[in-house]
Amino acid sequence: MTWLNRLLRRRKLEDQLDRELQFHLDQYAADLIERGADPAAARRRAQIEFGGAEQIKEACRDARGTRWVEDFAQDLRYSLRAWRQNPGFATVAVLTLALGIGATTVMATLVHSVLLNPLPFRDPRRMVSVHGAEPAWNVALFGDENLSNPDFRDLQRQSRSLNITGWVFDNGTLSEPGDPEYVTEFDASANLFSVFGVPLTLGRSFQRDEDRPGGAPVAILGYTFWRKHFGGSPSVLGASLVLDTARYTVVGVAPAQFEPGGVEADVYTPLGRHTGPYLMRRGPHPVTTVARLMPGATLEQAKNELSILGRRLSAQYPDTNQDRSFIARTLAPDVTGVRPTLWLLFGAVTLVLLITCADVASLLLARAVSRGREFAMRVALGAARGRLARQCLTESAVLAVAGGILGVIVAATGIKPFVAAWPGALPRADEVSLDWRVLGFALLLSLASGLLFGLAPALRAPSAQLEQTIRGGGRAIGGSRRLHGAFVACEMALAVVLLVSAGMLGDTLLRLSNVNPGLDPANVLTARTALSPTVLDSPPKTRAMWDGLLARIRRVPGVQAAAMVDTVPMRNGNNPLGYWLSPPAPPENRMPMALATCVSPDYLKVMRIPLLHGRFFDDHDNLSSEPVIVIDEVMSGHAFGGENPVGRQLWSQMGDQPARIIGVVGHVRYYGLANDDQTRVRGQAQVRDQFYYPFAQLPDRFVRRWSQLMSIAVRAGINPLALVEPVKSELRAVSRDQVLYEVNTMQQLARGTIEPQRFLLLLFGVFAALALLLATVGNYGVLAYLTRQRVPEIGVRIALGATSGAVTRMVLRQSLAMVAIGVIAGVAGALAAARILTSAVDGMAAIEPVTVLLMITVLVASALVAGFIPARRAARIDPITALRQ
Amino acid sequence: MPPKSDLPQGTLDLLILKVAALGPVHGYAIAQRLQQVSRDVVQVPQGSLYPALHRLENRGLLAADWKQTETGREARFYRLTRKGRAHLEAETASWQRLSEAVALILRMSAGGRESRLGLEAPNGVE
Repeated sequence: MTWLNRLLRRRKLEDQLDRELQFHLDQYAADLIERGADPAAARRRAQIEFGGAEQIKEACRDARGTRWVEDFAQDLRYSLRAWRQNPGFATVAVLTLALGIGATTVMATLVHSVLLNPLPFRDPRRMVSVHGAEPAWNVALFGDENLSNPDFRDLQRQSRSLNITGWVFDNGTLSEPGDPEYVTEFDASANLFSVFGVPLTLGRSFQRDEDRPGGAPVAILGYTFWRKHFGGSPSVLGASLVLDTARYTVVGVAPAQFEPGGVEADVYTPLGRHTGPYLMRRGPHPVTTVARLMPGATLEQAKNELSILGRRLSAQYPDTNQDRSFIARTLAPDVTGVRPTLWLLFGAVTLVLLITCADVASLLLARAVSRGREFAMRVALGAARGRLARQCLTESAVLAVAGGILGVIVAATGIKPFVAAWPGALPRADEVSLDWRVLGFALLLSLASGLLFGLAPALRAPSAQLEQTIRGGGRAIGGSRRLHGAFVACEMALAVVLLVSAGMLGDTLLRLSNVNPGLDPANVLTARTALSPTVLDSPPKTRAMWDGLLARIRRVPGVQAAAMVDTVPMRNGNNPLGYWLSPPAPPENRMPMALATCVSPDYLKVMRIPLLHGRFFDDHDNLSSEPVIVIDEVMSGHAFGGENPVGRQLWSQMGDQPARIIGVVGHVRYYGLANDDQTRVRGQAQVRDQFYYPFAQLPDRFVRRWSQLMSIAVRAGINPLALVEPVKSELRAVSRDQVLYEVNTMQQLARGTIEPQRFLLLLFGVFAALALLLATVGNYGVLAYLTRQRVPEIGVRIALGATSGAVTRMVLRQSLAMVAIGVIAGVAGALAAARILTSAVDGMAAIEPVTVLLMITVLVASALVAGFIPARRAARIDPITALRQ
Repeated sequence: MPPKSDLPQGTLDLLILKVAALGPVHGYAIAQRLQQVSRDVVQVPQGSLYPALHRLENRGLLAADWKQTETGREARFYRLTRKGRAHLEAETASWQRLSEAVALILRMSAGGRESRLGLEAPNGVE
């Protein structure tokens, strides 16, 4: 009979065992009777010589080897019965655990999906990103350097170790089919999809002869764009669309969730077809370049080859490629922005889970101690110590697994809303899903927590002094008080860490909300604006179009002022330019840099940036007048010290002509409230300079590109969002194919810059509140239990004359002693947490003693409340009843 | 009654297998036989036979069937499996080797003492 058979056919085996042993006894007795014994005496003797039937049966059962399973089933049944008897305790324990495990699972899923999971491309470990490397390029300021289009083409053609592809991020106006619309566009090399190793949803990729000047005008649609505009219909293949006045034929649909570089394109067009000047020269480098290692090639070989090719290009094109080389790096998702936040939340959630465990552990321990008598009885009846420990662990494991299952349900339902609530866009959000690894983690977590909080009661399973325990009826003996105190102290310490962190975040948010951004964000509407593609080819027409548009918008009721601006503060996009005060120009990497903003005259009025000296632009500043420029107070300080800069000349990378400084304005927190824009000058961090130049004086060659990037900003006397529709209709009235997109109020943008802090505060606040609640409940439970154990002692004290006040104080003192240890440990932990927070969160205030004190006060107050109920109960003990106990 | 001693570890299994080797036999008969062959020198509480029987059955050294006894009652008869026979032979051989070795050691120490006393070892020590 196999092991499994023996396990499943237990009842039959038991029956056979009975019959077999009975046969033996009967036969022996019969033999004895045959030899002349008295029947009753014979049976008695047979039984005596046979030995204890139950012990023998037990030994036979042990021989089956299925014992532990049966014991486990028995323990399981016993635990379930126990929880049924005490449903309140079980429910509280399971729910707390479910919350703790659920929250931890959500964070683990996010950490796993966003930070740890490999990229969703075929064999992502063999993919690399290719960058330019030259001393003049400031990586810290601009990030990794992309490639110029000619360099990209040369590398693509000549590399033997890499299959190289690339794309240029672009945007344009789609005027057909349907309403005109602004779309994001990837001008992509033909091998884009094959290098990433992802199959298209529909149709085909670009062919090589389409990826060159004069190639057939074909386009591939982005998956989301296709679903939204063509209802996911396969008949889109062959459809035609008009993008920036050129007509394209759709030949394919990109794979779902294909977001190289973190952006999903609406439309792909062949890169080779585009012949704009910035694609023909080796100066600008707009091509994002990614490659796959050829079979058998290593990253090391690829790096060597790239540097050889780089040297060859340097020799060939010394003007542009003098010091330029190329590097390859294993392709990694861009998650730098969320990494600290995710780990912070994961850490916080782990603290909550630990508190939960400590809470359940102290409750279980209290229960185990009050069951001391039961356990002692079982040991007296022959239960082994290990067996009792196993039972305790089974009971806690049942709780933990129930909590774990519920927790996974919480996580599964909670994760989507949580990701949706993430401020801004969580990178790789659509890759977030519960998978078997995370589920395994959750299960392991619940089992581990079960072991953790089941261990203490298990270790307490009595071994010695059985008689005392049985008679004593479970009075607290020896170490249990210290163990309980340790649990309370742990909970308090963890709660302090979370409370202080939440307090710091609250403090920070409050401070940041009151930061003056340097402009007045109330009642300002901003929106990117795409002019009709038909006017963009002629700079004079474009200028006229802008002037007309602003004039029309100014006439909309409710509009106080309207201006155009290329880079709106606190929104994505900036244009850092080098400047110098006297020719010749210093080398680029030694130039001081300033954020340059191209505006129309009313910009100052719209943003209400204070004018400190001189004047701002007016309608007389145009192409025929002297170039003018306005700098901010920071730049004035850096470049001119204390002198008045108005009237001085300034050269910038915008052009060869110097510009006359005509005014100084206030500094704007360009990157929002959390942090001012910092730059490193000679190794020293300092606030970055800003200057403004008028769109009316922009050289013709920039007008087209600048117009594609322009936004309008409108100051309203009313709710600015009410102006969206009127402004849109003004735009349409001029030309039907002009669109407004990325509409924001400045207030939204300003709030958005501290959204991560707000989000962290919300979560830390919730965690801290939970921690406080759990710690208070745990504290109360332990105190109530310990006080009950001391009833006879307190009875004696009262009988000997202790006043009720003295008894109350005694109990509270006991509580405060536990709390004090916890608080001291917690403050140490909080200091460490504060250091992590300060380094991980932008604009984080240093730890304030006031915050710490406030939080400790809250905690101690809650501990006093928790201790007061048991203390009052102790004070009301009737000495007579207590002594009889 | 002569003083009774406990069985050395593993001996009970060997004895059971030996008894079962003679043909299918039920637990009570094994107990009787053990008592006879050990001439009451080895005392086994009768009941403790059964865990050993079950253990041997679960290890596949014995097989058991329910059969009628001569008196017409149903009893569980144990017989040696092929694996059990092989095990018995191996164990018997190793016991023999062991007991010979023990006997040798005992003889040697007896001789050693005699010679220390300067006497000739008497003949026929066995």
